[in-house]
Formats: sequence, structure tokens, C-alpha cells
Amino acid sequence: MTLQDITTAGPATLPKSSARNVAKIIDRWVWIGIASLILAFLYIPIAVLVAYSFNDSRSLSWPMSGFTLDWYRKLAENEQLIVAVQNSLYVAVCATSLTLAIGVPAALALDRLSFPGKGVFRKLVLLPIALPGIITGISMLILFRLIGFGLSLETVIIGHATALLAVVVTQVYARLQRLPKSLEEASADLGASGLQTFFMVTLPNIKTAVMGAGILSFTLSFDEIPVTFFLTGRDNTLPMYIWSTMRRGLTPEINAVGAVIVAASILLIFISVQLQRKQAIPATKSRS
Amino acid sequence: MTLPPRLRKFLVLSPPLIWVVLFMFVPYTILFVFSFWVQQYPTFAPAFQMGNYIELFRDPQYLQTLVRTIKIAALVSVFSLLLAYPYAYFLVFKVRRPGIRLALYMAVVAPLWVSYLLRAYTWKTILGTTGILNSFLISTGVLTEPSPVFLYNQVAMVLTLTYVFIPFMVMPIYAALEKIPPSLLEASADLGMGRSASFFRITLPLSITGVVAGFTMTFCLAFGDFIAAYLVGGPDGMMISNVIATQFGASLNWPLGSALALVMLVIVLTIISASDRFERLGQGKFA
Repeated sequence: MTLQDITTAGPATLPKSSARNVAKIIDRWVWIGIASLILAFLYIPIAVLVAYSFNDSRSLSWPMSGFTLDWYRKLAENEQLIVAVQNSLYVAVCATSLTLAIGVPAALALDRLSFPGKGVFRKLVLLPIALPGIITGISMLILFRLIGFGLSLETVIIGHATALLAVVVTQVYARLQRLPKSLEEASADLGASGLQTFFMVTLPNIKTAVMGAGILSFTLSFDEIPVTFFLTGRDNTLPMYIWSTMRRGLTPEINAVGAVIVAASILLIFISVQLQRKQAIPATKSRS
Repeated sequence: MTLPPRLRKFLVLSPPLIWVVLFMFVPYTILFVFSFWVQQYPTFAPAFQMGNYIELFRDPQYLQTLVRTIKIAALVSVFSLLLAYPYAYFLVFKVRRPGIRLALYMAVVAPLWVSYLLRAYTWKTILGTTGILNSFLISTGVLTEPSPVFLYNQVAMVLTLTYVFIPFMVMPIYAALEKIPPSLLEASADLGMGRSASFFRITLPLSITGVVAGFTMTFCLAFGDFIAAYLVGGPDGMMISNVIATQFGASLNWPLGSALALVMLVIVLTIISASDRFERLGQGKFA
């Protein structure tokens, strides 16, 4: 029941006065107006970003002059950009795999094991969620410098995996908490080894959470700047390349990159919504 | 083959434990130690002295930047709250169809998936002197010549950062509002309480934990931001992170940068633990 039902519900015999109906309609349109304003605030800039990638002029100003696909043609020919995209894909894939490989056992340990220093461990793992990326970036920069480790895409991967650990742990931990321990106990009673239980009982049950965390980590890594800024050597990731281009000047080519990223994001959002829908089904089933 | 439980525990625990110690505990400790070192151009030397911290308090530019950063971050949180609360309230209490509610919720969260950098960049193209807003205002006759007042100031910073971080305010408030049992509001209406009384005495207190969580999140994110300042802030909108980045870049004074980072860390941790404490307090009270 919504608030509207509550506030407008009265004895059924009472005739609704027209003044009350008018008030109800006004109330409704005021709320729709507020929501539309916020959505406009969120989406007009994105629409502007995409629209100007098709604009037939170098300058980003009003009115728009005409339609062109030239900026996309330029993108396709820009070798530095293509290398940057490849670097970003490499970093995002490696960082995501690494952070899943560490994050899933970390979530398991936090949920199922007790060990000395668990409180400190939990705090450290979850810290990067609220910690400014710059602190992770510079503290690892100092570490690598002191041990004489040269900066490269690999140091970026280590940085990303560390910063994203918190994302994976929170998502997987939340799912594990909802998973009854009895399943794993049954598996052990029936003679399965720890590894068998993990791969045949636990993992299938947390699969969508792990995949969701993986997609989110991938997106965040692909977009990451503060940690990358301090930990990269000569190689540029895509955001770093875009950033260095931006600082030289604004061109509709950046808008074209933006439009491609918006399209890719929509695809990823669609996939993750599908995943969420799938995870909702077993939850309702188990209740019935 | 069944492994003894102790060995199994060790195998599960060791990869994350080693990682966390090596890449989190050790670097943060080194950062702490480094903040007491001294700069000896062109590098730095081990020492134990408070010089870096004294410098932070002696040179007014650091304190000014810190105060400005706190101010901008607080304004970002306030404006996010003013926009996010009515929106979340609308979704939970006014939208009846679950499908539409989910779609409108996703509409706010979805921009998080679009590159942060590009969302900040768009505002630069909109607000600039030769930008879209200026040329639009000229073409409609509101302005006769381009105005530089939109870009490179604190207003542009607050606007851009609010735009970027507002989903982090909507999510926890929505979650808190959704948990409020409708029966409470029904009871309140039955007992003759008006709408605004019901809101201020039931809905708002019960959603305050969401507000605090959103406030903490947006504040910490805006407080640590160092991209927006380069794009839309200008010298007037420089944040504490930009000063740290300069110490690690052009100024090459890593120890001073570490001291600044540590001050930043302490502020962020204080806010997080205060928010945690509040949340636990709230749970005790309302559960």
C-alpha cells in the first residue's frame, strides 16, 4: 500500500469531493515534476555528450551545425587510442580476475571462519570503498619505489585489484550471509571434500553475486583514474589517454569516445539487470 | 581426499591475508613513516621529525585548501540530499507499479556505469566560455557576450561533483525508506495525524540512517576527488587531493605529500567511524 492509498482511503460510502480530487491531481503532478527535474539533471549532460559527437563542427557550441560521422572515423584511425583501449582491457581483465581470486576467499573467510585479527582484516579489506583512491595510489607508489619495482601496467593491475577488493568482498559476503550453512554441512556429511563442496555447492549458489561483482569491478577498473595516475609507467589506459587529450583541448573526438562508452555501459547495465533478475528467482523459490 | 580443517582454513585464508598485508597494511604503514621523512632535493632521506606537519599548519595555503575542500564536499552532500530525498520518497511512496519503480531507480543508478571522467568532462563543455551554455544564452539573447562566470570556480565544482555522486545518496535513502512498514503510516493516519506530522515524526526519523549513510558516502567521495578540480575547478576550486598530487609530481616533496595524505586519511576515518556509530545507535533505537 502506498502513502497515497493511505491518505486518500476513507469510508467507502463517503463521496469524494471534487476539491479533494483536484488536490490529489496537483499532488501527483508536483511529484512527477520533481522527479522529471532530477532525471533531466542526470540525463541532459549525457545527451549533450552523445549529441555533440555527431556535430559537424570542431567547436562545442550552440547551435549545432550538422550531422557527421567524421569524429568516429577519426577514432577508428587513432592508433594511440586503440592501444589505450587494449591496455585498459588488459588491465581490467587481469585486475578483475585477481580481485575475484582474492576477494571470494576473503568473503568466505569473513563469513565462515574465525581467526585472530579478523576485525582488523575486515576493516582493512573494506577501507578502499570510502578511502579516496589517491591514498591507495600514493601509498603503493611509495612501496614500489622503495622496493625498486618499476611502474608498468602490472603495477596498475595490482593497484586496481587492491582498490576493488572491497567491492567484491561486500557483494559476495552479502550473498554468503543469505546462504544457509546447512547446505555445506550436508555436503560434508555426504563425504564431499572441502574443494568439492566449494565448487559444487557454495560456488553455484553465489555464482550470480560473483559475476555481478566481476562486471562491476571490470567497469570500475576500466574507468579508474586516481590509482592509475600514480602507478602507471609509460603506458596509458583509456581514461588516462582521454584525460591527457582533454588537458590539451576539447574536441568532439572525446565526445565520440564518450558515446561509445555510453553504449557499452548500457549493454553492461542490461547484463547486470538480467543477472539480478536471475538471482531474484531462486530467492522466491526457496521461500515457497 | 579430505584435508584437515586447519590446513583448509589456512588455504582459504592465506591468499587474501597475504595480499591485504602486502598491499594494504604495509603501504599504509610506509605512508605513515614517510610523513616523518625529510625532503633532500632531488630525493628524500629517512628521519623522524614533525617538520612536514608543522609546515602544513604554518603555510596558510594548506589549511585554506583543506577548509575549501571540506566546504565543497559538504555542499555537494547537502545538494545531493536535497535532490535525492524527494526523488527516493517519490519512488517509494508515490509510484505504485513495482516495474516503473525499478526502472526509475535504475535510471538514477545507471549513470554510475558511464565513465566518471566523461560525465565531468561534459560539464566542462557545457560551462566553458565558448561552451554550450554560453552560446545557447547568446543565441537566445539572454547574454550579449560570452560570460566566464560558469566555469573554473567553486560553483562549477559543487555542480559537477553533485552530478557525479548523487546516485550514492539516492541508493541508501531509497533502501531506508523502502524498509518502513506501511502499517506504521496507516496507524499514524488512523490516529488522526496529518501528512506532514506523519512525515516529520515517522518517515524522516526512520530514514535518517539512510541519509547519514548517503551523506558519509558523498562527502568522502567529493572530499577525495581530484579529477573535477582539473576539469572545472580552476585555481579557485583546487582540492586537497590536487595539492597531494602536486607534491608527488611537480613539487617532488613526497614526505610532505604523505603528511597531507595522512591528515586526509584521519578526517575520512573520523567521519566513517562517526557515521558507523550513529548507524549502530539508530539500529538499537528503532529495531
